[in-house]
Amino acid sequence: MSEILERYWQAYLGFGIPITGLAMTIWILLLAVLFGTVLAIPMAIWRCSSNRWVSTPVRIYTFVFRGTPLYVQLLLVYTGLFSLSVVRGTPLLATFFRDGFNCVILAFTINTCAYMTEVLAGAIRAIPHGEVEAAQAFGFSRFRLYTKIILPSAFRRALPFYSNEVILVLHSTSLAFTATVPELLKVARDVNSATFNSLPAFGIAAILYAALAMVLVALFRKAEKKWLGFLKPAAH
Amino acid sequence: MLYGYGSQIWAGTLATCLLTVLTLLFSIIIGMIGALCKLSPNPLLRWPFTAYTTLIRSVPDLVIMLLVFYNLQELINFICAWAGWAQYQMDAFSAGVTTLSFIYGAYMTETFRGAIQSVPKGQLEAGYATGMTPLTVFRLILLPQLIRFALPGLNNNLQVIIKATALVSIIGLLDIVTVTQQAGRSTQQLFFFNLVAAGIYLCMTAVSLIVLSWLDRRYSAGVREVRL
Repeated sequence: MSEILERYWQAYLGFGIPITGLAMTIWILLLAVLFGTVLAIPMAIWRCSSNRWVSTPVRIYTFVFRGTPLYVQLLLVYTGLFSLSVVRGTPLLATFFRDGFNCVILAFTINTCAYMTEVLAGAIRAIPHGEVEAAQAFGFSRFRLYTKIILPSAFRRALPFYSNEVILVLHSTSLAFTATVPELLKVARDVNSATFNSLPAFGIAAILYAALAMVLVALFRKAEKKWLGFLKPAAH
Repeated sequence: MLYGYGSQIWAGTLATCLLTVLTLLFSIIIGMIGALCKLSPNPLLRWPFTAYTTLIRSVPDLVIMLLVFYNLQELINFICAWAGWAQYQMDAFSAGVTTLSFIYGAYMTETFRGAIQSVPKGQLEAGYATGMTPLTVFRLILLPQLIRFALPGLNNNLQVIIKATALVSIIGLLDIVTVTQQAGRSTQQLFFFNLVAAGIYLCMTAVSLIVLSWLDRRYSAGVREVRL
């Protein structure tokens, strides 16, 4: 164990140029969560729309992407799309889909956006109707209603479920090695095939993943205390 | 239509379904034992399961899967050598069932722990007061009510298990993913066969949703819901 740590600790952490290991895992996580959240905001608003023609397509999207494994979606983007002659014939698309990293970010973003849309939409529905009616009575425009009342409140209420989703994305980053992206599990597999010592090779990766998950949980707990405190029962 | 790969894809689908059902069964058993142990007053029963659920739920499934897959055989070899039995070679399917059950047993433990705590205490106390044995209380009072509280969590877990079976192709099981990848490569129709795989998974999750909602209606009979 200590011998493997001594020889490979830099590879596991991977804060170098180009980045690998834990650094790559964090980078994938950040990008996927960022893009997923940005896309989930309009999706969640459409999902809650009373117009069926607007809400049904979003519903189908979330059903399909939450109902199929992320691994299959990643394969579809990474091996499937590139096998289409349309994609290979267009230089821009071909260069985009040839890179495993782009495919990983694209697949993860679409996947996590589907889950986040449902989380946010649930939070929007949980807002007391009085808050929205008060804003309407004040003559808020639709844009102001969403940016000042609905979204801030929905984000706060969504925090506990949102943190679950971020942890799930962290766990799914371990799939990225199947698209040749050198993240933490790829390093662990390389160490395993170099040393044939699978318990420490994967064990170190497991400890690093668990540590990162715990850091994220602690951060979200802090955020909940700060922004969700008003929903707690008042202490006397 | 499937370029002659229909029967292989069918076999892969059956393997995935069997894997899902067995994993569900074993993880429910582990989860039930785990939940009862975690709620037990005896710390020697409580601590191991607390460590188990915390550990498993903070590490990615795939990492645990590889960890268990590579080390399970060594453990079996060790046990066989120690007990003097003949060597037993584990195949990909039983390794998959074992690892997935081990992982999702932890999630089930948490689901059932929450469900057991949701059953009103007075119900169990009434059972004991009428002289029922702990086993009778569990079978006649706790279990029927616990199922209703556990169903939403169980539903989530089942959805996750179905999707997690796709990972077993990475440790070499001939499931839907492996079969469709092979078919796609040899026919140069990877996009089409990936879509087929996604479609099969979508059907499986849809069917599980229907079954679970039926069970939910059955076990919620006689419970009045709040109308909002």
